[in-house]
Amino acid sequence: MRDFVLLMIGAALVNNVILARFLGLCSFMGVTTRIDTAAGMGLATTFVITVSSMADWAVQHYLLDAYNLGYLRTVTFILVIASAVQFTEMTIKKVSPELFQMLGIYLPLITTNCAVLGVALLLVEGHMSFIASTLFAFASSVGYSLVMVIFAGLRERLVLAQVPRLFAGPPIAFIVAGLLAMAFMGFSGIATS
Amino acid sequence: MSANYKTIAKDGLWDNNGVFSMLLGMCPAMAMTTSATNGFGMGLATAVVMAASSLLVALFRKLITPEVRIPVYILIVAAMVTLVDLAMNAWMHELYKVLGLFIPLIVSNCLPLARLESFAAKQPVLPSFLDGLFMGLGFTIALTAIGAVREITGNGTLFADASLLLGPAFKAIELRLLPADMGVLMMILPPGGFIVTGLLVVVKRLFDLRAGKEIQMGGAHSVA
Repeated sequence: MRDFVLLMIGAALVNNVILARFLGLCSFMGVTTRIDTAAGMGLATTFVITVSSMADWAVQHYLLDAYNLGYLRTVTFILVIASAVQFTEMTIKKVSPELFQMLGIYLPLITTNCAVLGVALLLVEGHMSFIASTLFAFASSVGYSLVMVIFAGLRERLVLAQVPRLFAGPPIAFIVAGLLAMAFMGFSGIATS
Repeated sequence: MSANYKTIAKDGLWDNNGVFSMLLGMCPAMAMTTSATNGFGMGLATAVVMAASSLLVALFRKLITPEVRIPVYILIVAAMVTLVDLAMNAWMHELYKVLGLFIPLIVSNCLPLARLESFAAKQPVLPSFLDGLFMGLGFTIALTAIGAVREITGNGTLFADASLLLGPAFKAIELRLLPADMGVLMMILPPGGFIVTGLLVVVKRLFDLRAGKEIQMGGAHSVA
């Protein structure tokens, strides 16, 4: 039990997907102009990462390992992810049409969010059990959502700030993200994974 | 080289630089730029994938219907990435070990997909190939630049281990610019990646301003 808790803290905070592993930066910069869209994106991505990691685990163990097809990993994983995104899109459309409206174009783009493929590949490298890998994927995506929401909050303030013209827009956002990454380095040492 | 090809080259290398103007493909641009050598290797791998997949998409553009184009593009890129992945594992094993996770992740790099969608899907084979190639080379330049700044400020070296990772011929470019204890470790760590990238975007804006061009404010909104 203690191992699992440490694994999850490590995945969510210490080795944060965005700030320590640099995965999913496109959505991190693109969708964080408002807190509610960032939260919605976080939620959808959490769902996709968890579901596709479970599916990828099964594919890796029962298909790729069993038939010695390791070289097809990239291609199969991206297919699994694309299907998981499609599935998520249909689910959200059915369950919450408002959220579906809000996320709009960003939903299909989760396929090319490198956090999804990145977490799946990290799991394969880690040789984890099914439960551990599902928890790891879930915790990673919770960490992703957390940082998305924090950063969206910062950027909502940033809009009102007077920034030199040369730094306006992306550059100041990068520097703020750098400071946030520094803050998250404070978590290192709590747990290793 | 006709004027058209010149524009393609200039666009890819500077005007529309994938990292500094369009802000695409940020993940490897920050994760793999702890040294100039890593950035260079990562950039070249991406350039090969982009040139090859642009060529293929342009070749088959009349056969790919709009409804299924995105999955087809992703599969083409994934196939190219698998080839590069296997080739690097075989022939550049040291570099492959360093880049690790981020070679397969070229599949979900937004830059190749964005260029396929906005260029290769509509243009003939040769311009598409050149667009992919020069966009990739522009990406390489950007990654090498970020890597160089981070390596010099963080470690005091430039192109350290180049002979190990790229081959013995690169021994000559390994430099030590500052004494080892002058490095600021923070620049090599993740925060340095964000800050250096932000500052280099400003540097590009300064150059553009000097050349009398408008600053490109957007970028961050073009998500992919």
